[in-house]
Amino acid sequence: MSQTRTIMIECLRYDPEQDQAPHYRTYEVPFTDEMSVLEGLQYIKDHLDGSLTFRWSCRMAICGSCGCMVNHQPILSCQSFLRDYYPARIRVEPLEHFPIVKDLVIDQSDFLGKLESVTPYLVPAQPLTPEDGPNLQTPRQIEDYLGYAQCINCLLCYAACPQYGLNNEFTGPAALALLARYNADSRDAGQKTRMEVVNAEEGVWGCTLVGLCSEVCPKHVDPARAINRNKINSTQDYFLRFLAPFGRGS
Amino acid sequence: MRTRSHEPIVWSLFGAGGVFAALLGTMLVLIIGILVPMGLGFGPDAMHYDTLRSLFGHPLPALGLAVVISLFLFHGAHRIYHTLHDLGIPASKKIMLACYGSAAAGSGAALLLAGMLVVF
Repeated sequence: MSQTRTIMIECLRYDPEQDQAPHYRTYEVPFTDEMSVLEGLQYIKDHLDGSLTFRWSCRMAICGSCGCMVNHQPILSCQSFLRDYYPARIRVEPLEHFPIVKDLVIDQSDFLGKLESVTPYLVPAQPLTPEDGPNLQTPRQIEDYLGYAQCINCLLCYAACPQYGLNNEFTGPAALALLARYNADSRDAGQKTRMEVVNAEEGVWGCTLVGLCSEVCPKHVDPARAINRNKINSTQDYFLRFLAPFGRGS
Repeated sequence: MRTRSHEPIVWSLFGAGGVFAALLGTMLVLIIGILVPMGLGFGPDAMHYDTLRSLFGHPLPALGLAVVISLFLFHGAHRIYHTLHDLGIPASKKIMLACYGSAAAGSGAALLLAGMLVVF
């Protein structure tokens, strides 16, 4: 059992039904070396202030629920340890660029709409039935999309993206990385449907390759790469449609 | 229905300018800034006015020079346009015109000069 120390956790508190504006409250939290920031928040909720509201589920960087800003950096609170911040105090805030529902809980509706817009599922070339048997892939074909398929929709990339912060019409890193994930899948034939999203101003062209999305991604998805590879596809589509005006997109 | 972005036009020029800047730019710095002044691999007259004047008097080198200058300008214009947006100055038709317009004007001037080098 490691030694117990005390760290100050400064939490943003905001209840839109009661408060005029967000404010901060500081809690003294005893912690041991193995305690994550999430466990610090759970300590506050269990022992100091039951009204503190935050999302969490798996505690092991799989569910993507516990994303928040710690000292202005978007992180998964289950994946960051209090010992790494001690003796300084830490400031915990909800993910940037999203409306606050309460305290550290943000409203994900905007992202969910964008996710839906990229047709985030396999679109088979022909309708398949169970009688068609398994849809086999070679390891090489799996490799083409596996990296992008690691996304857990934690939204750290949206909190990090300055372009999404400036203009939230931008489809954003995670949704565009998932778009690339399905386009890269050998079982999918939905590229044409997704091209409209890619080609739009709010699609890949909203990105200026700042690259912070890829830096903060806890699953190493690299959305910046996915988006900028699709800039090449969009450029080809833009010019080639003049060569084959009846066969290609809008 | 989403509107298709026309950015591929300027992005292609930006990309081509970037490639030229990375490949030719460094080479030019090496040649003009280091090798020629130090007399390494080039004769004393390599950068002389008459040598360069006769080189760019031929249509192909002159056109090549104008194209490189033009692509550098479009690369810079695109970067400035997006950096202004990043700095909080919202993208507008005016800024777009100022950025890409000056690159286009510079390209026109480069082409004109290249033509003059060949003709006169």
